[in-house]
This record gives sequence, C-alpha cells and structure tokens, in this order.
Amino acid sequence: MSYPALILDGIGKSYQIGQREPGAEGLGGALKGLLSAPVRNFRKLSGQGDEKELFWALKDVSFEVPAGQVMGIVGRNGAGKSTMLKVLSRITEPSEGTARLRGRVASLIEVGTGFHPELTGRENIYLNGAILGMTRTEIDTKFDEIVDFSEVERFLDTPVKRYSSGMFLRLAFAVAAYLEPEILVIDEVLAVGDAAFQKKCLGRMKDISHGHGRTVLFVSHNMATVRALCDRCVMLQGGRLVADGEPGEVIDRYLDMTMAQAGKVYDLSNRSSAWKFGTGTAVFTRLEFANQSNFVDRTSELDLRCWVRAEEDLAGFRIAVIVHRLDGNAVGGAFGPDVLTLKKGEEAEFKVRMEDFQLAPGRYCCELRLGRGNPTDGRTEYDAVFDVFHFEIQPETSADGAAGYWEPQWGPVRFGDCELARVGA
Amino acid sequence: MTTVTSTQESPSHDTPAPAPATLPREQVIRARRGLVGVDWDELIRHRELLGFLIWRDFKVRYKQTVLGLGWAVLQPLCFMAIFSVIATKLEFGDRLSLPVLIFYFAGLLPWTFYSVGVQFSSTSLVNQQHLLTKIYLPRVFIPTSVIVTGLIDMAIASVVFVGFMVWFGIVPNVEILMLIPLMALLILTTLGFGYLFSGLAVAYRDIRFIVPFFVQGMLFVSGVLFPASADFVGEKGAWILAANPVAGVVEGFRAAISGGDYAFDWPRLALSAAVGIAVFVVGLTVFRQIERRFADIA
Repeated sequence: MSYPALILDGIGKSYQIGQREPGAEGLGGALKGLLSAPVRNFRKLSGQGDEKELFWALKDVSFEVPAGQVMGIVGRNGAGKSTMLKVLSRITEPSEGTARLRGRVASLIEVGTGFHPELTGRENIYLNGAILGMTRTEIDTKFDEIVDFSEVERFLDTPVKRYSSGMFLRLAFAVAAYLEPEILVIDEVLAVGDAAFQKKCLGRMKDISHGHGRTVLFVSHNMATVRALCDRCVMLQGGRLVADGEPGEVIDRYLDMTMAQAGKVYDLSNRSSAWKFGTGTAVFTRLEFANQSNFVDRTSELDLRCWVRAEEDLAGFRIAVIVHRLDGNAVGGAFGPDVLTLKKGEEAEFKVRMEDFQLAPGRYCCELRLGRGNPTDGRTEYDAVFDVFHFEIQPETSADGAAGYWEPQWGPVRFGDCELARVGA
Repeated sequence: MTTVTSTQESPSHDTPAPAPATLPREQVIRARRGLVGVDWDELIRHRELLGFLIWRDFKVRYKQTVLGLGWAVLQPLCFMAIFSVIATKLEFGDRLSLPVLIFYFAGLLPWTFYSVGVQFSSTSLVNQQHLLTKIYLPRVFIPTSVIVTGLIDMAIASVVFVGFMVWFGIVPNVEILMLIPLMALLILTTLGFGYLFSGLAVAYRDIRFIVPFFVQGMLFVSGVLFPASADFVGEKGAWILAANPVAGVVEGFRAAISGGDYAFDWPRLALSAAVGIAVFVVGLTVFRQIERRFADIA
C-alpha cells in the first residue's frame, strides 16, 4: 500500500497589491508628500497595507498525492501554478492552510540556480548539487553520470562564464537530472537546449518519474509532455482547483475552456486587480473573437472586436496586438497607428484585423494593448489584456487534400516555400 | 471543484511505490503566526551546504584581483601605518602601553574582520536574490558563509602579525587563551549585525546607504584609533564605549597578546560580551521574521 506523500488542506496565498500614491497638490502638497513619503514607504515595505488590496493567487486548494504518483498541474498564466510550487518548495509561506509532505523535497523552478560564473564546471556541479539538496557523497557517486549527460566534459575545468548558453544549460540540467529526492517539484524546465538534448531530457524525466516510486509534481504548458509523463492532472484557474483526474480528460477540458469561440463576447470589466496593467486612462471592457470559426487558416485574417472606455479625453491612441505561444513566449506583434479618438466617459467599439501572418500550425493566444506611441519613440500603455482565449492555426492541406504536418521544434513561424535547385547541372 | 474521473492506482508505473518500513519524515508547511524561532535541526541537517557556500565564497572572493589574498594583509597594514602616524603626531603614542605598531595591528585584526564581514554580508541576500526566489535553502547560511569566509583573511593577517610580535620581542603569557572566547564574541557580534542588515536590506534598500556610514562611524567608538580605557576617555566614557561589543573585543585582543603589559578590564569586557550576545539574538530574530517574506519582496 502506498502512503500519501503530499496532503494539501485549504492552501491559500495572498499578495498585497501596490496602492497608487495620492497625487501632490501645489508646492505645499508636494512638500508634505516628500516629508510623509518615508512613513508611507515604510508602511508599504513592511506589508502593512490596506486589507482591501489583497489579491489571492491561490485559494482553498486541497488535494492528496499518493507516493509514487506523477501529477501534472495545468492552467493559464496567472492561474496560480507557480505560486503553488513556490509554496510546496517552501520558497514562500502560504497565507492559510496546511501542506504535509513526507520525504525530502527538491524543487526545480529554474535550472542552474546558484551556479557561480567564476567557478569551473566541476566546482559548479558540487555547488549546485548541494544547493539542490544533494549530499557530497551523492554528488561524488553521480559525478561521472552528470558529466556524461551534460556533454561538456572537455570544459569541466573552465569557468562557466566562458561557456556558451547551450553548454551552461546542459550542465545545469544534468545536475538537476540526477537529483533523487522522494518528492520532486518541477516547473517547466524541460525546454532547454537543442531538440536532441530536449529529447534526452524528456527521456531522463521519464526515468526519474517512473520506476523509482518517486512523487513528482510537474507544471507545464506543453500538453504533450503532461500527457506523456503524468498519471494524473489537476487544473487551476484563478487560484482555485477546478479539475482533477485522468490527464487526457483534464487536458481536453483545459483546451476546450481556453479555446476561442467564434462570435463570443468576453467581458473584461471585472478583471481581478492582478491583471490590471497600465495607467488606466482608457480600459478594455469587452473583447470578441470575430472570426467565422475557432480555427484560423494561415492565409486568412484574424478579426477581433473590442470595446474601449476612456476615462479622459483622448486624441490619438492605438491598439496593439501581440501573439504569444501558450508557454508565454511572444511570437510577434503589430502596433496600429495613433489614430483613434475618444471623449471622456465614452465607450466605443473598435475593429482590429490582422492580416498576412505567417504563424505555423498550433495554438496561440493574443495580448491586446491600449496606449499611444510605439516601441521606438517611447510609449504609454493605458491597459492590456492577456490570454483571454486561445485560437488555433490550422495545418494547411495540399492540393491533393492531405493535411500538412508541423513539429513544434520547427518553430512558430512558417516561412514561404523553400526553393531548391542543383547548381551546374 | 469538479472531479473529472476518480483517481485510480497509477497504471503506468513500472514498479509501484514500495511501502517503506518506516515512512519518510513529515514536514508541515503552514502560515506561521507570531515570532518565528530558529530551526536548529534544519540547520544541522543542511550543514554540508554551509560548507559548500563558505568554500564558494572563499574561492570567489579574490577572483580576478591582482593582489588576491594580499588584500587580507594590506588593509590592516595600511590602517596601522596611518594610525601610527596620527598617534605619533598627536603625541599619545607613548601612552598606549604597547609598541604603537603592535597596538594598532592587534586592534585592526578583529576590526577588519568585523567591518568587512558586516559590509559584505549586508548585501549578500540582495545580490543573490535567485537563491531566495527560485529555491529554498536555510537563508541564514548566506550571510553566515560570507562572514565565516573572513576568518581565512584574518588567519593570513595573523601570520604577519606574529612576525611583528617576534620583531618587537613580545612574549604572550597564559592570557593568550582569552583569544578563544574573544573570537567567539567577535564572530557572534559580526553575525548579529550581518543578519540584521542583510535581512532588512531585502525589504528596505536604504540599508545599502546606512551600512557604510554605520561601519565608518563605529570605527571611532571601537577603541581602534585610541584605547577605550578610562585613561583616555574617562570612567564614564569607558563604560559607554564598552557597550559596543567590538570595542570590548578590540581591547581584549590587545590585552590577550601583550603578555601582561596591557591590562584586561574585566567588568567592562563582561558588558561587551552581554551586548554582543544580545546583538546576535536580536539580529537572528529580526532575520527570521523578515525571512518569511523574502520571496515575496525580494
């Protein structure tokens, strides 16, 4: 019989939200503001803010993980996944609730934590191993395997500041890969190095998680990896646990939930304060995915409609669209010209159309920004919305009707045709 | 919360988790209320890590410097030369009960350890934020390792100091054993200030400006330039200076190596020791309270 390795009971974590400083009025006000600033700052820095400004990154999360289970955690950006890992690895303290963990816990939130650039590869293996919780004897016995795995044997006595970034990551992952705690907490650190090394890492991850009775909690945006590695999956949304079960089903739910629905209007007026961004001079209130279907053809357009309310008279602002992959990495963006106008208190509808994009087949999400200016001449952002829905670029079909195929490691941008010709034939 | 399917025994495992004869140790994570004490048990379990951090700090300390370990000696030597000139010019050099060079070097050994330790450790957490936000380790080790590394510098400077003692023909007596408790007091005091400043610096970056100012100011009230004895600063002044644990250590060092020429001031040393221990306890306690929020505010 296996015992519970992890029991979470009502875990919650709240953060203070920064309050806006009251504006100064006149010279007297400015002077008063200057003199009272230390008191105000002290209150803010010591965390004695207003109770109303609390934001719950995690709320009421309870579950139990039997020893030996590999559990995936999915959810959108800001759903609370990373906060949960930070609580479980003791980096930050929960605000409420209890977590009981049986066994030595090692967490991998980033590879290479504690690497020192001045030290050699050999020295860093020992240092990083110790920081991750390995004993000296453990590192000694695994040293050769780590070096083998990292493929940097020739540079073992070179300071890591002289390493290429690829070598650095390989060495860092190699140390982490030979951690053998009873409970392993991992946040999306698999995607390091080139495709061949990634495959090797994934293989090692499978070895670590299966066959040793180790309990693993694994956060990822890569659904294929979660499907391949996990026995169970939970989904977080807005800091709460919303689904728990067999990975295939939870992932399908996650994908359904986040997928754009053609013609659906998303209400943005009640966004949690953590998702507020910018000056607030004007804000997005609603957003519609206006394409005919959730699936977007590469050669067609992406149509969005959004509603904007201005808090001041605005002449000459713009909307920008940035497209991200689901792991949060931006693929590209387009800034509209500063031509839109609105009167104070007015709310109006705007159409945004993106054309001629070259995205590779796969899933993406949009970020919309409201503001003026552009990256070259300085800019002010009024508001931004991120990850409201996902859309999918369909694989192309060739003339004979066969569906195209796209491997994720080929990248998010699809170039035009590649012409080939033999020279001097 | 909706359960999609009930969780079943994980079928994909090659070997299911074997039930160990004794369950692994349980740790409980919860919000702590009130004062957080020191988890000595945890520190002992992770002692190897402290060793690795000290080793790292030592290796890195003089990397890419021209003089390397020479700095450990050069700093006290320079101050010794400057102070000796001041003492001679102001004509109090012959009232010091010890040869001027010995008087200053003996005081500068603990002073340099203290001032470098406090300054380096105060920025140690801020400069290594990834160790606070990306991983968990007993954070108290980070300033500790920086300060302990200073012992190596002090050992090297001490070798030079022994040379000076031989040159001046000073033969210590049994009182030299007092160096052991004096070192303990020096380390505790330095750790106390190091914990206090490094912890506060995570929340309040003002500390970056306060520490150099604080250390420079302390130089004048630690008996380094002139003795903290009643002869020099009066009875009342000597008691006030003795409330500074560093002054107690500096004066104690001179007495311990002097072979009886330089007298111990036992009552005032006792006061210094009490304050030094208090600094350690307060520093560590403050550190532990702020530590809870390190990852959130760093």
